[in-house]
Amino acid sequence: MSTPPRATPAERIELAHGAGGRRMTELIDGLFKRHLSNAWLERGEDSAVLARPEGRIAATTDGYVIDPLVFPGGDIGSLAVHGTINDLAMAGARPFALTAGFILEEGLALAELDRIVASMAAAAVAAGVAVVGGDTKVVERGKGDGVFITTTGLGEIPPGVELGVERIAVGDVVVVSGTLGDHGVAVMSRRAGIAFETEIVSDSAPLHELVARMLQRVPGLHAMRDPTRGGLAATLNEIAVARGVGITLRADRLPVRDGVNAACELLGLDPLHVANEGKLVAFCPPDAAEALLAAMRAHPLGRDAAVAGTVTAGPPGLVELETGFGGRRVVDWLAGDQLPRIC
Amino acid sequence: MKYVDEFRDGRLARVVRAQLEAEVEPRRSYRLMEFCGGHTHAIFRYGIQDLLPAGVQMVHGPGCPVCVLPVGRLDMAIEIAQRPEVILCSYGDMLRVPGSGRRSLLKAKSEGADVRMVYSAADALALARAEPDREVVFFAIGFETTTPPTAVALRRAIDEELSNFSVFCNHVLTPAAITSILESPEAREIGTVGIDGFLGPAHVSVVIGSQPYESFAEEYRKPVVIAGFEPLDVLQSILMLVRQLNDGRACVENQYTRAVSRHGNLRAQRLVSELFERREDFEWRGLGRVPYSALRIKDRFAAFDAESRFAPAERRARENRECKCPQILRGAAKPHDCKLFGTVCVPENPIGSCMVSAEGACAAYWTYRRHETLSLKA
Repeated sequence: MSTPPRATPAERIELAHGAGGRRMTELIDGLFKRHLSNAWLERGEDSAVLARPEGRIAATTDGYVIDPLVFPGGDIGSLAVHGTINDLAMAGARPFALTAGFILEEGLALAELDRIVASMAAAAVAAGVAVVGGDTKVVERGKGDGVFITTTGLGEIPPGVELGVERIAVGDVVVVSGTLGDHGVAVMSRRAGIAFETEIVSDSAPLHELVARMLQRVPGLHAMRDPTRGGLAATLNEIAVARGVGITLRADRLPVRDGVNAACELLGLDPLHVANEGKLVAFCPPDAAEALLAAMRAHPLGRDAAVAGTVTAGPPGLVELETGFGGRRVVDWLAGDQLPRIC
Repeated sequence: MKYVDEFRDGRLARVVRAQLEAEVEPRRSYRLMEFCGGHTHAIFRYGIQDLLPAGVQMVHGPGCPVCVLPVGRLDMAIEIAQRPEVILCSYGDMLRVPGSGRRSLLKAKSEGADVRMVYSAADALALARAEPDREVVFFAIGFETTTPPTAVALRRAIDEELSNFSVFCNHVLTPAAITSILESPEAREIGTVGIDGFLGPAHVSVVIGSQPYESFAEEYRKPVVIAGFEPLDVLQSILMLVRQLNDGRACVENQYTRAVSRHGNLRAQRLVSELFERREDFEWRGLGRVPYSALRIKDRFAAFDAESRFAPAERRARENRECKCPQILRGAAKPHDCKLFGTVCVPENPIGSCMVSAEGACAAYWTYRRHETLSLKA
């Protein structure tokens, strides 16, 4: 005798999961709330109501479309949390709330979504930030790429913290918090068509605690950025142009892992152009550089911090590199993406 | 990185630099052409020009396959890609290059053409096996270095009777291009600036060996040093050229002994000659039509030749008259001599061949030396 058919929960995302009916409630209650549970989500209201913090508020929004969804050292869920926190941290803010919108593609395995949301929840808990609101939509098969996530992040800027590109001055020291290019290489190593073996994992990590330590020790820090897409080269070019200064880097000071160098050699890339997701570049007055480095190196995410270069009087907008070989060259930004969809 | 770092050692570079400074004769000029884009790239990436005595000038040759591919051939590739049954596989650096009317393969892709980026001919072959209902065309470009991998893919497709795989062949030949430069008006006319010696290609020479350059050394009295692609290779090879010129010698020397032999890779050469034959002539962007300078697939294998399979219309595109790429590629002008450089012609919008790929001379000046090049121009 065969057992009678039993109603099984769907194993893949269906259009009904986004249609506002019972299926959608099942998905939200059974998957999203199960992982991300907190008082705001449990209330199930259209908006999360938050107490007003004392200081100024930093707000940021970001989208995540990475391919592949899971990569060595992370996945789109943890990346969305870290990326949003880091944008807030670069303003000196302490993140306190995130919201997340999920665009799901019909056919996505629920098990995969479950892993991603679990990872997002774990990243948020580890960083001490609550995901206070969310949204899900489902698009037809072929109209998305598994999962896209958009986030909004809110953070509180403590009194006395003043960071901004306009504060960068000639003579400032350029400090990077660690090895360059880890995220980009880790993602590329899993890309269809160019997959290769590497021990490199993404550096995806939340930087707000490192930033808090840095600001505590060097309150007069001038500016910070996280060099994500386009790598350190793009970030420094943006700053050099915006501030009308020159920046000179020293190749022998740049921290780059052997595995990243090797992968870049193989693919014809420059580690300066490769993305990071858990690194920052800070600008500080030269007399504060030693204290800043010490504060950074005392934190696990700043262990490999190094002085990468200095801000110069010009030519304005030009980033240059003193090569280890004894010559100089311009560090350009790229005309297009080295590789699309890495975050 | 093991095996590479020693060829990038700044201390060794200072030693070679001191030797160069001691041996370069004052008031003498040494105009040396690096044929390969790979060398151009190394020179700029490591700032090697900063290490050279004033008398030593590098002239950047046409050895970048993306740069020298004429617009007409790219237009033909785009035409093939637009056929609904076709998947066109191309190396990534070809995708952005603008063809006629600023149309690129990427643009064709955004309009619906199935264009895929591959890292090798073997990837295209694998795609053909996986997609038996589609026509997979490999857009083959490159010098003697990339021809053998194309030949291997083609040979396998023939042996497997893979009826949905073909190659759009644009492989070109280094020695023919060097001859064309040596035969150019600038080189022949007495009293005009010529080229005193050549830095010979690294990877190309691994395949063809050092022997094919012997005729340049003999007939044209030009020294050739085959050089590796690492910065120390380049610097040492420049020193070797300077020594030959000082001694009045003109022979082929091999600095890249860790990879290049006199006769090259005979097995690769055999496979290539089995499948390909020389075209009577081929257009090079910047050099014009160069006799016997490119390969086509032999008639016997026409079924695997995308040109006979899809018969794209032969096209000739007109180049911008203001563009100085032809002179730059022959060493008769520098990027800052060109009106278009840095104004309308930039990597995002390349007008001439030297700006098209990162390995082109103008792109290298723009990317790595923009500031001083623009000030020279002013």
